[in-house]
Amino acid sequence: MDVLARYEPLLDDYDAFREACERPLPHLVRVNTLKTTVERAIKALHEEGVAVEGRGWREDLLELDTDTPGNTWPYFLGWLHGQEAVSAIPPYVLDPDPVDRVLDVCAAPGSKTGQLAAAMDDRGRILANDANLGRLAPLRSNMERLGVTNVAVTNRDARHLSLSDWDVDAVDAALVDAPCSGEGTVRKNPAALEDWSESFVADVSTLQRDILKRAIRLTEPGGTVVYATCTFAPEENEAVLDAVLDTEDCEIRGFEVPLATDPGVTGWRDASYDPSVRKAKRIWPHRSDTGGFFCAKLEVGG
Amino acid sequence: MSDGGGSGRDNAPGDNDGDRFARLPATDAEREDPGRATREEIIEWWRDRFGIDAETFADHTFWEKGAGKIWVLAGDAPDGLRIEALGMRVMHTRQEFWKPTTNAVQRFGRDASTGTIELGPDRARRFVAGEDQEIPWDGDWGYVVATRAVAGGDEPLGVGLYTHGELKSMVSKGRRRDLR
Repeated sequence: MDVLARYEPLLDDYDAFREACERPLPHLVRVNTLKTTVERAIKALHEEGVAVEGRGWREDLLELDTDTPGNTWPYFLGWLHGQEAVSAIPPYVLDPDPVDRVLDVCAAPGSKTGQLAAAMDDRGRILANDANLGRLAPLRSNMERLGVTNVAVTNRDARHLSLSDWDVDAVDAALVDAPCSGEGTVRKNPAALEDWSESFVADVSTLQRDILKRAIRLTEPGGTVVYATCTFAPEENEAVLDAVLDTEDCEIRGFEVPLATDPGVTGWRDASYDPSVRKAKRIWPHRSDTGGFFCAKLEVGG
Repeated sequence: MSDGGGSGRDNAPGDNDGDRFARLPATDAEREDPGRATREEIIEWWRDRFGIDAETFADHTFWEKGAGKIWVLAGDAPDGLRIEALGMRVMHTRQEFWKPTTNAVQRFGRDASTGTIELGPDRARRFVAGEDQEIPWDGDWGYVVATRAVAGGDEPLGVGLYTHGELKSMVSKGRRRDLR
Protein backbone atom coordinates (compact mmCIF):
# COMPACT_ATOMS: atom_id res chain seq x y z
CA MET A 1 0.00 0.00 0.00
CA ASP A 2 1.26 3.49 -0.86
CA VAL A 3 0.61 5.09 2.52
CA LEU A 4 2.15 8.44 1.79
CA ALA A 5 -0.07 9.01 -1.26
CA ARG A 6 -2.87 9.97 1.12
CA TYR A 7 -1.08 13.29 1.79
CA GLU A 8 -1.12 14.52 -1.81
CA PRO A 9 -4.14 16.79 -1.11
CA LEU A 10 -2.20 18.54 1.68
CA LEU A 11 0.83 19.47 -0.44
CA ASP A 12 1.26 21.62 -3.54
CA ASP A 13 4.81 20.27 -3.92
CA TYR A 14 3.91 16.63 -3.40
CA ASP A 15 6.65 15.25 -5.71
CA ALA A 16 9.37 16.98 -3.67
CA PHE A 17 7.88 15.41 -0.53
CA ARG A 18 8.02 11.92 -2.04
CA GLU A 19 11.58 12.42 -3.27
CA ALA A 20 12.71 13.60 0.17
CA CYS A 21 11.18 10.53 1.79
CA GLU A 22 13.45 8.36 -0.38
CA ARG A 23 16.64 10.05 0.80
CA PRO A 24 18.51 8.99 3.95
CA LEU A 25 18.58 11.42 6.85
CA PRO A 26 21.68 13.43 7.76
CA HIS A 27 23.42 12.09 10.92
CA LEU A 28 23.01 14.66 13.66
CA VAL A 29 24.23 14.63 17.23
CA ARG A 30 23.29 16.92 20.09
CA VAL A 31 26.11 18.20 22.26
CA ASN A 32 25.34 17.51 25.92
CA THR A 33 26.10 20.84 27.54
CA LEU A 34 25.85 19.28 31.01
CA LYS A 35 29.26 17.71 30.38
CA THR A 36 31.04 19.89 27.83
CA THR A 37 30.79 22.84 25.45
CA VAL A 38 30.04 22.80 21.74
CA GLU A 39 33.57 24.04 21.09
CA ARG A 40 35.22 21.24 23.08
CA ALA A 41 33.01 18.60 21.50
CA ILE A 42 34.04 19.77 18.03
CA LYS A 43 37.69 19.82 19.08
CA ALA A 44 37.44 16.27 20.44
CA LEU A 45 35.85 15.05 17.20
CA HIS A 46 38.59 16.73 15.16
CA GLU A 47 41.24 15.06 17.35
CA GLU A 48 40.07 11.67 16.12
CA GLY A 49 39.55 12.75 12.54
CA VAL A 50 35.77 13.14 12.52
CA ALA A 51 34.75 16.27 10.65
CA VAL A 52 31.72 18.39 11.49
CA GLU A 53 30.06 18.80 8.12
CA GLY A 54 27.38 21.19 9.16
CA ARG A 55 25.34 22.67 11.93
CA GLY A 56 21.72 21.98 12.73
CA TRP A 57 19.10 24.60 13.48
CA ARG A 58 20.46 24.91 17.01
CA GLU A 59 24.03 25.67 18.03
CA ASP A 60 24.24 22.32 19.86
CA LEU A 61 23.19 20.16 16.86
CA LEU A 62 26.09 18.98 14.68
CA GLU A 63 26.12 17.04 11.45
CA LEU A 64 29.03 14.57 11.42
CA ASP A 65 30.80 12.82 8.54
CA THR A 66 30.59 9.45 10.29
CA ASP A 67 27.89 6.78 10.23
CA THR A 68 28.90 5.67 13.72
CA PRO A 69 28.93 8.71 16.04
CA GLY A 70 28.49 6.20 18.90
CA ASN A 71 32.06 5.01 18.33
CA THR A 72 33.80 8.26 19.18
CA TRP A 73 35.52 9.50 22.34
CA PRO A 74 33.11 12.37 22.96
CA TYR A 75 30.18 9.93 22.68
CA PHE A 76 31.80 7.56 25.19
CA LEU A 77 32.29 10.52 27.53
CA GLY A 78 28.60 11.42 27.33
CA TRP A 79 29.29 14.62 25.42
CA LEU A 80 27.16 13.62 22.41
CA HIS A 81 23.79 12.03 21.80
CA GLY A 82 22.50 10.94 18.40
CA GLN A 83 19.38 13.01 17.83
CA GLU A 84 17.79 14.14 14.61
CA ALA A 85 16.82 17.72 13.97
CA VAL A 86 13.07 17.39 14.54
CA SER A 87 13.54 15.48 17.78
CA ALA A 88 15.12 18.59 19.29
CA ILE A 89 11.98 20.67 18.68
CA PRO A 90 9.68 19.67 21.59
CA PRO A 91 12.14 20.39 24.45
CA TYR A 92 13.00 23.69 22.75
CA VAL A 93 9.32 24.62 22.61
CA LEU A 94 8.70 23.48 26.19
CA ASP A 95 11.62 25.69 27.30
CA PRO A 96 11.68 24.60 30.97
CA ASP A 97 13.25 26.60 33.78
CA PRO A 98 15.84 24.94 36.03
CA VAL A 99 13.47 25.08 39.00
CA ASP A 100 10.59 23.43 37.18
CA ARG A 101 8.93 20.10 37.74
CA VAL A 102 8.49 18.59 34.27
CA LEU A 103 6.57 15.49 33.25
CA ASP A 104 7.86 13.57 30.24
CA VAL A 105 5.10 11.03 29.80
CA CYS A 106 6.46 8.88 26.92
CA ALA A 107 10.15 9.40 27.57
CA ALA A 108 12.08 6.39 26.23
CA PRO A 109 14.69 6.20 24.84
CA GLY A 110 15.34 9.63 26.31
CA SER A 111 16.74 11.91 23.60
CA LYS A 112 14.26 14.62 24.50
CA THR A 113 14.57 13.87 28.24
CA GLY A 114 18.32 14.43 28.05
CA GLN A 115 17.79 17.68 26.19
CA LEU A 116 15.28 18.83 28.84
CA ALA A 117 17.81 17.97 31.56
CA ALA A 118 20.48 20.04 29.82
CA ALA A 119 18.07 22.96 29.41
CA MET A 120 17.35 22.73 33.16
CA ASP A 121 21.05 22.51 34.04
CA ASP A 122 20.32 19.16 35.72
CA ARG A 123 18.23 20.92 38.36
CA GLY A 124 14.52 20.86 39.19
CA ARG A 125 12.85 17.53 38.53
CA ILE A 126 11.99 15.56 35.41
CA LEU A 127 9.49 12.77 35.92
CA ALA A 128 10.28 10.52 32.97
CA ASN A 129 7.73 7.82 32.34
CA ASP A 130 7.40 5.10 29.76
CA ALA A 131 4.76 2.39 29.60
CA ASN A 132 7.08 -0.02 27.78
CA LEU A 133 9.31 -1.85 30.26
CA GLY A 134 11.72 -2.94 27.53
CA ARG A 135 12.43 0.66 26.60
CA LEU A 136 13.36 1.71 30.14
CA ALA A 137 16.87 0.21 29.97
CA PRO A 138 17.96 2.46 27.08
CA LEU A 139 16.27 5.43 28.77
CA ARG A 140 18.17 4.81 31.99
CA SER A 141 21.51 4.09 30.34
CA ASN A 142 21.24 7.19 28.14
CA MET A 143 20.53 9.40 31.16
CA GLU A 144 23.48 7.95 33.08
CA ARG A 145 25.89 8.27 30.16
CA LEU A 146 24.79 11.88 29.74
CA GLY A 147 25.50 12.48 33.44
CA VAL A 148 21.90 13.41 34.25
CA THR A 149 20.87 13.26 37.93
CA ASN A 150 17.55 15.18 37.99
CA VAL A 151 15.44 12.46 36.34
CA ALA A 152 13.14 10.00 38.10
CA VAL A 153 12.01 7.11 35.91
CA THR A 154 8.63 5.41 36.20
CA ASN A 155 6.96 2.58 34.27
CA ARG A 156 3.25 3.40 34.22
CA ASP A 157 0.43 3.61 31.71
CA ALA A 158 0.56 7.26 30.63
CA ARG A 159 -3.26 7.39 30.49
CA HIS A 160 -3.45 6.80 34.23
CA LEU A 161 -0.37 8.62 35.52
CA SER A 162 -0.55 9.95 39.05
CA LEU A 163 1.60 12.43 40.96
CA SER A 164 0.50 11.18 44.37
CA ASP A 165 3.93 9.66 45.02
CA TRP A 166 5.44 13.12 44.70
CA ASP A 167 3.23 15.01 47.17
CA VAL A 168 2.18 17.46 44.47
CA ASP A 169 -1.06 17.95 42.56
CA ALA A 170 0.44 19.21 39.32
CA VAL A 171 3.64 19.78 37.39
CA ASP A 172 4.81 23.03 35.81
CA ALA A 173 5.04 21.59 32.32
CA ALA A 174 4.57 18.35 30.42
CA LEU A 175 5.92 16.81 27.25
CA VAL A 176 3.75 14.33 25.37
CA ASP A 177 5.97 12.75 22.73
CA ALA A 178 3.20 10.36 21.82
CA PRO A 179 3.40 6.85 20.43
CA CYS A 180 2.32 7.13 16.80
CA SER A 181 2.26 5.45 13.41
CA GLY A 182 5.78 6.79 12.78
CA GLU A 183 5.29 7.79 9.16
CA GLY A 184 7.77 10.62 9.54
CA THR A 185 10.62 8.21 10.39
CA VAL A 186 10.53 6.65 6.92
CA ARG A 187 13.85 8.30 5.93
CA LYS A 188 15.57 6.66 8.91
CA ASN A 189 13.74 3.38 8.63
CA PRO A 190 12.35 2.55 5.16
CA ALA A 191 10.35 -0.31 6.71
CA ALA A 192 8.47 2.13 8.96
CA LEU A 193 5.30 1.94 6.87
CA GLU A 194 5.16 -1.82 6.36
CA ASP A 195 2.71 -2.42 9.19
CA TRP A 196 0.71 0.75 8.62
CA SER A 197 -3.09 0.42 8.64
CA GLU A 198 -6.08 2.71 8.97
CA SER A 199 -7.19 0.71 12.00
CA PHE A 200 -3.83 1.23 13.75
CA VAL A 201 -4.09 4.96 13.11
CA ALA A 202 -7.60 4.97 14.57
CA ASP A 203 -6.53 3.01 17.65
CA VAL A 204 -3.39 4.99 18.35
CA SER A 205 -5.22 8.30 17.96
CA THR A 206 -7.54 7.26 20.80
CA LEU A 207 -4.50 6.44 22.91
CA GLN A 208 -2.88 9.77 22.02
CA ARG A 209 -6.01 11.70 22.99
CA ASP A 210 -6.23 9.94 26.34
CA ILE A 211 -2.53 10.46 27.10
CA LEU A 212 -2.68 14.14 26.19
CA LYS A 213 -5.81 14.67 28.31
CA ARG A 214 -4.12 13.09 31.29
CA ALA A 215 -1.00 15.24 30.85
CA ILE A 216 -3.11 18.40 30.69
CA ARG A 217 -4.93 17.45 33.88
CA LEU A 218 -1.59 16.91 35.66
CA THR A 219 -0.25 20.35 34.66
CA GLU A 220 -0.69 23.57 36.67
CA PRO A 221 -2.98 26.29 35.29
CA GLY A 222 -0.78 28.53 33.18
CA GLY A 223 1.62 25.65 32.54
CA THR A 224 2.71 24.43 29.12
CA VAL A 225 2.02 21.06 27.54
CA VAL A 226 3.85 20.21 24.32
CA TYR A 227 2.31 17.55 22.10
CA ALA A 228 4.48 15.94 19.42
CA THR A 229 4.39 13.01 17.02
CA CYS A 230 6.57 11.81 14.18
CA THR A 231 3.69 11.22 11.80
CA PHE A 232 1.86 13.12 9.08
CA ALA A 233 -1.58 11.66 9.81
CA PRO A 234 -4.04 14.43 10.79
CA GLU A 235 -5.98 11.77 12.72
CA GLU A 236 -3.01 11.59 15.12
CA ASN A 237 -2.23 15.29 15.14
CA GLU A 238 -4.85 18.00 14.56
CA ALA A 239 -7.73 15.61 15.34
CA VAL A 240 -6.20 14.81 18.72
CA LEU A 241 -5.82 18.51 19.52
CA ASP A 242 -9.39 19.18 18.37
CA ALA A 243 -10.75 16.45 20.64
CA VAL A 244 -8.78 17.71 23.63
CA LEU A 245 -9.88 21.32 23.10
CA ASP A 246 -13.47 20.09 23.38
CA THR A 247 -13.07 18.52 26.80
CA GLU A 248 -10.07 20.13 28.56
CA ASP A 249 -9.42 23.65 29.82
CA CYS A 250 -6.57 24.60 27.50
CA GLU A 251 -5.68 26.65 24.43
CA ILE A 252 -3.23 26.14 21.60
CA ARG A 253 -0.46 28.76 21.55
CA GLY A 254 1.75 29.80 18.67
CA PHE A 255 5.51 29.32 18.81
CA GLU A 256 8.56 29.98 16.67
CA VAL A 257 11.12 27.45 15.56
CA PRO A 258 13.89 28.25 13.05
CA LEU A 259 12.92 25.54 10.56
CA ALA A 260 10.57 25.70 7.60
CA THR A 261 7.15 24.62 8.86
CA ASP A 262 3.55 24.50 7.69
CA PRO A 263 0.56 25.32 9.89
CA GLY A 264 -1.70 22.58 11.20
CA VAL A 265 -4.53 21.65 8.86
CA THR A 266 -8.13 22.54 9.74
CA GLY A 267 -9.69 19.81 7.67
CA TRP A 268 -8.99 16.26 6.57
CA ARG A 269 -11.32 14.07 4.55
CA ASP A 270 -14.77 14.62 6.09
CA ALA A 271 -13.51 16.12 9.35
CA SER A 272 -12.96 19.75 10.24
CA TYR A 273 -10.98 20.96 13.21
CA ASP A 274 -10.88 23.98 15.50
CA PRO A 275 -9.21 26.88 13.62
CA SER A 276 -6.61 27.23 16.41
CA VAL A 277 -4.94 23.98 15.29
CA ARG A 278 -3.30 26.18 12.65
CA LYS A 279 -0.97 27.36 15.46
CA ALA A 280 0.52 23.86 15.57
CA LYS A 281 3.36 23.12 13.16
CA ARG A 282 3.82 20.42 10.56
CA ILE A 283 7.39 19.65 9.57
CA TRP A 284 7.47 18.03 6.14
CA PRO A 285 10.75 16.27 5.26
CA HIS A 286 11.41 18.21 2.06
CA ARG A 287 11.19 21.68 3.59
CA SER A 288 14.33 21.57 5.77
CA ASP A 289 15.81 18.13 4.94
CA THR A 290 14.58 16.54 8.18
CA GLY A 291 12.34 13.71 9.33
CA GLY A 292 8.60 14.31 9.40
CA PHE A 293 7.15 15.77 12.58
CA PHE A 294 4.22 17.50 14.23
CA CYS A 295 4.37 19.77 17.27
CA ALA A 296 1.82 21.79 19.21
CA LYS A 297 2.14 23.98 22.28
CA LEU A 298 -0.80 24.14 24.68
CA GLU A 299 -1.39 26.37 27.66
CA VAL A 300 -3.40 24.88 30.46
CA GLY A 301 -6.27 26.93 31.86
CA GLY A 302 -5.72 29.38 29.02
CA MET B 1 10.46 13.46 55.16
CA SER B 2 7.15 12.22 53.94
CA ASP B 3 5.10 9.67 55.80
CA GLY B 4 3.82 7.98 52.67
CA GLY B 5 0.24 7.82 51.51
CA GLY B 6 0.88 7.53 47.79
CA SER B 7 0.27 4.34 45.90
CA GLY B 8 3.94 3.89 45.09
CA ARG B 9 5.47 3.81 48.55
CA ASP B 10 4.89 2.62 52.05
CA ASN B 11 5.31 3.87 55.57
CA ALA B 12 8.38 2.00 56.77
CA PRO B 13 11.52 3.82 55.72
CA GLY B 14 13.77 1.89 58.10
CA ASP B 15 13.85 -1.55 56.48
CA ASN B 16 15.92 -2.63 53.53
CA ASP B 17 13.51 -3.31 50.68
CA GLY B 18 14.94 -3.94 47.24
CA ASP B 19 11.94 -2.39 45.51
CA ARG B 20 12.01 1.09 46.92
CA PHE B 21 14.36 4.02 47.28
CA ALA B 22 15.32 4.61 50.90
CA ARG B 23 16.99 7.88 51.81
CA LEU B 24 20.43 7.44 53.31
CA PRO B 25 20.59 8.58 56.93
CA ALA B 26 22.56 11.80 57.30
CA THR B 27 24.93 10.47 59.96
CA ASP B 28 25.59 7.42 62.11
CA ALA B 29 23.32 8.85 64.84
CA GLU B 30 20.32 8.55 62.49
CA ARG B 31 21.17 5.11 61.19
CA GLU B 32 18.61 2.36 61.87
CA ASP B 33 19.94 -0.29 59.46
CA PRO B 34 23.54 -0.98 60.56
CA GLY B 35 24.51 -2.07 57.04
CA ARG B 36 23.28 1.09 55.35
CA ALA B 37 25.83 3.73 54.42
CA THR B 38 25.23 7.27 55.62
CA ARG B 39 25.32 10.42 53.53
CA GLU B 40 28.28 11.53 55.61
CA GLU B 41 30.19 8.31 54.83
CA ILE B 42 29.51 8.55 51.10
CA ILE B 43 30.74 12.13 50.91
CA GLU B 44 33.77 11.29 53.05
CA TRP B 45 34.59 8.35 50.79
CA TRP B 46 34.68 10.53 47.68
CA ARG B 47 36.82 13.08 49.54
CA ASP B 48 39.24 10.53 50.96
CA ARG B 49 39.57 8.44 47.83
CA PHE B 50 39.55 11.13 45.12
CA GLY B 51 39.88 14.46 46.93
CA ILE B 52 36.44 15.53 45.74
CA ASP B 53 35.05 18.36 47.85
CA ALA B 54 31.87 17.79 49.87
CA GLU B 55 30.46 20.88 48.16
CA THR B 56 30.21 18.85 44.92
CA PHE B 57 27.28 16.96 46.44
CA ALA B 58 25.72 19.86 48.37
CA ASP B 59 22.61 19.95 46.15
CA HIS B 60 22.27 16.16 45.84
CA THR B 61 20.60 13.50 47.98
CA PHE B 62 21.60 9.83 48.27
CA TRP B 63 19.34 6.78 48.15
CA GLU B 64 19.67 3.02 48.45
CA LYS B 65 17.59 0.61 46.36
CA GLY B 66 18.62 -3.00 46.49
CA ALA B 67 21.38 -4.10 48.83
CA GLY B 68 24.25 -1.66 48.65
CA LYS B 69 23.25 0.10 45.42
CA ILE B 70 23.47 3.82 46.04
CA TRP B 71 21.87 6.44 43.81
CA VAL B 72 22.54 10.18 43.63
CA LEU B 73 19.71 12.59 42.88
CA ALA B 74 19.74 16.32 42.16
CA GLY B 75 17.47 17.86 44.79
CA ASP B 76 15.18 15.90 47.09
CA ALA B 77 12.34 13.37 46.79
CA PRO B 78 9.82 11.66 49.05
CA ASP B 79 11.25 8.66 50.90
CA GLY B 80 10.27 5.15 49.87
CA LEU B 81 9.45 5.61 46.17
CA ARG B 82 8.82 2.38 44.29
CA ILE B 83 9.99 3.49 40.88
CA GLU B 84 12.53 2.42 38.27
CA ALA B 85 15.26 5.01 38.73
CA LEU B 86 15.98 8.02 40.93
CA GLY B 87 18.89 9.98 39.52
CA MET B 88 22.08 8.04 38.77
CA ARG B 89 23.64 4.92 40.27
CA VAL B 90 26.68 6.34 42.01
CA MET B 91 28.32 3.44 43.87
CA HIS B 92 28.06 0.04 45.52
CA THR B 93 28.34 -0.30 49.29
CA ARG B 94 27.73 -3.23 51.70
CA GLN B 95 30.98 -4.80 50.48
CA GLU B 96 34.54 -4.56 51.78
CA PHE B 97 35.65 -2.07 49.16
CA TRP B 98 33.06 0.45 48.03
CA LYS B 99 33.01 0.80 44.26
CA PRO B 100 31.97 3.87 42.27
CA THR B 101 30.19 3.55 38.92
CA THR B 102 31.70 4.55 35.59
CA ASN B 103 28.93 7.07 35.01
CA ALA B 104 29.36 8.69 38.42
CA VAL B 105 33.11 8.97 37.88
CA GLN B 106 32.52 10.58 34.48
CA ARG B 107 30.10 13.05 36.03
CA PHE B 108 31.78 13.84 39.37
CA GLY B 109 35.37 12.65 38.85
CA ARG B 110 36.55 15.69 36.90
CA ASP B 111 37.39 17.38 40.22
CA ALA B 112 39.43 14.41 41.47
CA SER B 113 42.84 15.43 42.80
CA THR B 114 44.05 12.01 43.94
CA GLY B 115 43.43 8.38 43.03
CA THR B 116 43.62 9.16 39.30
CA ILE B 117 45.69 7.44 36.63
CA GLU B 118 46.28 9.41 33.46
CA LEU B 119 46.42 7.16 30.40
CA GLY B 120 47.98 7.93 27.04
CA PRO B 121 45.89 7.44 23.89
CA ASP B 122 46.74 3.75 23.39
CA ARG B 123 46.28 2.77 27.05
CA ALA B 124 43.05 4.79 27.17
CA ARG B 125 41.75 2.96 24.11
CA ARG B 126 42.51 -0.41 25.73
CA PHE B 127 40.88 0.70 29.00
CA VAL B 128 37.67 1.75 27.23
CA ALA B 129 37.63 -1.58 25.36
CA GLY B 130 37.59 -3.35 28.74
CA GLU B 131 41.18 -4.67 28.67
CA ASP B 132 43.34 -5.11 31.79
CA GLN B 133 46.91 -3.84 31.51
CA GLU B 134 50.21 -3.77 33.37
CA ILE B 135 51.05 -0.21 34.30
CA PRO B 136 53.45 1.31 36.83
CA TRP B 137 51.77 3.64 39.34
CA ASP B 138 52.70 4.68 42.86
CA GLY B 139 49.26 5.50 44.25
CA ASP B 140 47.12 3.50 46.70
CA TRP B 141 45.74 0.19 45.50
CA GLY B 142 41.99 0.03 45.01
CA TYR B 143 39.43 1.72 42.80
CA VAL B 144 40.87 4.57 40.75
CA VAL B 145 39.69 7.09 38.19
CA ALA B 146 41.29 6.54 34.78
CA THR B 147 41.65 9.74 32.76
CA ARG B 148 42.95 10.83 29.40
CA ALA B 149 43.54 14.18 27.73
CA VAL B 150 40.62 15.11 25.45
CA ALA B 151 40.18 18.50 23.78
CA GLY B 152 42.63 20.23 26.07
CA GLY B 153 41.50 18.80 29.41
CA ASP B 154 41.90 15.63 31.49
CA GLU B 155 38.63 13.75 31.26
CA PRO B 156 37.60 10.91 33.60
CA LEU B 157 36.93 7.80 31.50
CA GLY B 158 35.75 5.45 34.19
CA VAL B 159 36.67 3.26 37.11
CA GLY B 160 39.68 0.97 37.25
CA LEU B 161 40.85 -1.43 39.93
CA TYR B 162 44.57 -1.06 40.58
CA THR B 163 46.47 -3.90 42.33
CA HIS B 164 49.86 -5.59 41.88
CA GLY B 165 50.95 -3.30 39.07
CA GLU B 166 47.83 -4.01 37.02
CA LEU B 167 44.95 -1.74 36.05
CA LYS B 168 41.73 -3.69 35.55
CA SER B 169 39.07 -1.88 33.54
CA MET B 170 35.74 -1.76 35.35
CA VAL B 171 33.94 -0.31 32.33
CA SER B 172 30.73 -2.34 32.01
CA LYS B 173 30.17 -4.44 28.90
CA GLY B 174 27.42 -2.15 27.67
CA ARG B 175 29.68 0.91 27.93
CA ARG B 176 32.78 -0.62 26.31
CA ARG B 177 33.80 0.71 22.91
CA ASP B 178 36.51 0.01 20.36
CA LEU B 179 37.68 3.55 19.75
CA ARG B 180 40.42 4.96 17.61
